[in-house]
Amino acid sequence: MFDRFSLLGEYFVMAWMALKSHKMRSALTTLGILIGVTTIITIFTTIQGMNEYVIGELSNIGSSTVYVEKWPWVIRGDFWRYRNRKEVTYKEYEALAKYSKTADYISPAVWALRTVKYKNEVYERVPVLGTNEQYKDTDNVAPADGRFLTEMDVYRNHKVCVLGDEVAKNLFKDESPIGKRVKVGSDKYRVIGVNEKQGQVFGQSMDNYVLVPYGTFRRVMSGHRGMRISMTVSDVSKLEDMKDEIRGIMRKERKIRPEEEDDFAINQQDQLTQLYRDLTGTLFAIIFVIGGISLLVGGIGITNIMLVSVTERTKEIGIRKAIGARRRNILSQFIIESIAIASIGGIIGIILGYFGGSIVLSQMELNTGVSLSVIMVGFGFSSFVGVAAGFYPAWKAAKMNPIDSLHFE
Amino acid sequence: MLIEVTNLKKTYQLGDIEVPAVRGIDMSIEKNEYLAIMGPSGSGKSTLMNIIGCLDVPTEGSYILDSKDVSKLNDDELAEIRNRKIGFVFQTFNLLPRADALHNVELPLIYSGLPRAKRKEMAEAALDKVGLGDRMHHKPNELSGGERQRVAIARALVNNPAIILADEPTGNLDSNTGEEIMEIFEQIHAGGNTIILITHEEYIANHSNRVVRLLDGLIQSDENKQ
Ligand SMILES: Nc1ncnc2c1ncn2[C@@H]1O[C@H](COP(=O)(O)OP(=O)(O)OP(=O)(O)O)[C@@H](O)[C@H]1O
Ligand SMILES: [Mg+2]
Repeated sequence: MFDRFSLLGEYFVMAWMALKSHKMRSALTTLGILIGVTTIITIFTTIQGMNEYVIGELSNIGSSTVYVEKWPWVIRGDFWRYRNRKEVTYKEYEALAKYSKTADYISPAVWALRTVKYKNEVYERVPVLGTNEQYKDTDNVAPADGRFLTEMDVYRNHKVCVLGDEVAKNLFKDESPIGKRVKVGSDKYRVIGVNEKQGQVFGQSMDNYVLVPYGTFRRVMSGHRGMRISMTVSDVSKLEDMKDEIRGIMRKERKIRPEEEDDFAINQQDQLTQLYRDLTGTLFAIIFVIGGISLLVGGIGITNIMLVSVTERTKEIGIRKAIGARRRNILSQFIIESIAIASIGGIIGIILGYFGGSIVLSQMELNTGVSLSVIMVGFGFSSFVGVAAGFYPAWKAAKMNPIDSLHFE
Repeated sequence: MLIEVTNLKKTYQLGDIEVPAVRGIDMSIEKNEYLAIMGPSGSGKSTLMNIIGCLDVPTEGSYILDSKDVSKLNDDELAEIRNRKIGFVFQTFNLLPRADALHNVELPLIYSGLPRAKRKEMAEAALDKVGLGDRMHHKPNELSGGERQRVAIARALVNNPAIILADEPTGNLDSNTGEEIMEIFEQIHAGGNTIILITHEEYIANHSNRVVRLLDGLIQSDENKQ
């Protein structure tokens, strides 16, 4: 559509001269685009900031680990039908550990809230988890100090515990916790290790826990709910195989008939990612509609003004044609002018939208990233509107007859 | 032969009424002629000139420009010819009001796709030639009528076209200023260009070598002055 690149700069000069001579009109015309782009960029920036945060947080949950549980993480449809399910049991853990060939690591986990004490320090409502030595690999924790649970600790039901970073810091101000005895609930446990700090996920500390051997937990703790079994495969490409295998073993254990549905959930990080994407996808659709409507209205405004402008400048068009402008020269000139009007609104919209998004994100205590895609989206939308809105008036101008337009008063 | 028109006719359609403006003109013009077209108002002078300038196409007849038949060309092909071979000077100047003198003169060069630096150089030279070297950045409304017409002449000249067409170039100017403009035309003619000029004034026509008089869309007389 546009001719030689060297002329592109000229068209912008022409557009600038034309817009400068009607400052107020140009400003008002671009307002619709400005509002549309501001809306889109504000929400776009917000979602992007949230994305970065949420996807980052979700990646803390290992992508090569699945969790066998009673409840699915994302409940679709009837909530009540999950209520009557059986809890996941230790027997099922044993079956999975015994028959699974693809899983590289498997750990059970049961939990209860207990008060933890050391000397005068009291720390209430701490999640206490009963698990095995493989929990280190399935749930991605590593000892920062001391050691993790061993097979022997688990086999012998030793009265030992591994502390999460936050628990250790709260109970032991200056001293090293290793070898000390802490009271968990009503019993005393020897601290064998402290795990590396994991930070927060969605504002929740990941370091507030006490790990004890599964058997020890079972003997002394009560009031716990069902079990969660974590299974990890080192080779991510085998993840689906592992899930199939788990289903097979679980269905066999629970004697589920072929026509019946699973009555357990195999949870995985990507379910949450997917849920999040679905939610933001809907949001995106909504902004595209809202932003789209305001851009459409803005675009119609530009078309209208461009039609006026083409009529007013009939003589100019005649002069240009008389001295050798071809149709495509005139077409390009007016389309570029229309793009220029739209882009002024677009650029201001990008800046305002970016600040708008930053303000929303800072209310949520999230960071705003400067991203090229935001700028591209803003420019893309406004240029598109510019071309679409300017095409008809520009085409009208281009096909004007030189003589008639020259004699236009 | 630079220009050769045969049985040229132009009829305007005004609703149901046919208005014959040019009714069959045969004429040839050689390179470096200085021709004046005269005749009463409505006799078809401008219509003929617009066809010669490739601004308009004839309803009938043929037009050979530079041994090329241009009577059947499309819009863009005609634009190309106007750009390269023809320079127009109008009675009402027809400058772009928002652009300064330099930009106005650069315009034909923009459409021939010349690079910026080259354009500027050529436009400045053309403005110098018409004696406006010190008015390059004046806008049309900051110039006198004579100066505006000189800008328009510079614009017509800048591409060094074969033919300069001027439709009553002094019609809006007082006689002194008109004389100044005519001197510029003489220089252009001396430089080897072909000039075709429409006028109502005998003293203007006196500058030319040949006078063609039209009446009711036909040639009434065609006299060489040498
Ligand atoms: N676009 C048009 N539509 C209809 N009729 C036209 C048009 N242009 C010119 N005419 C008619 O054609 C005839 C010739 O017009 P033209 O402009 O060529 O005259 P002219 O000799 O240049 O006159 P003047 O000396 O007044 O400029 C006139 O009768 C005019 O009314
Ligand atoms: Mg006329």
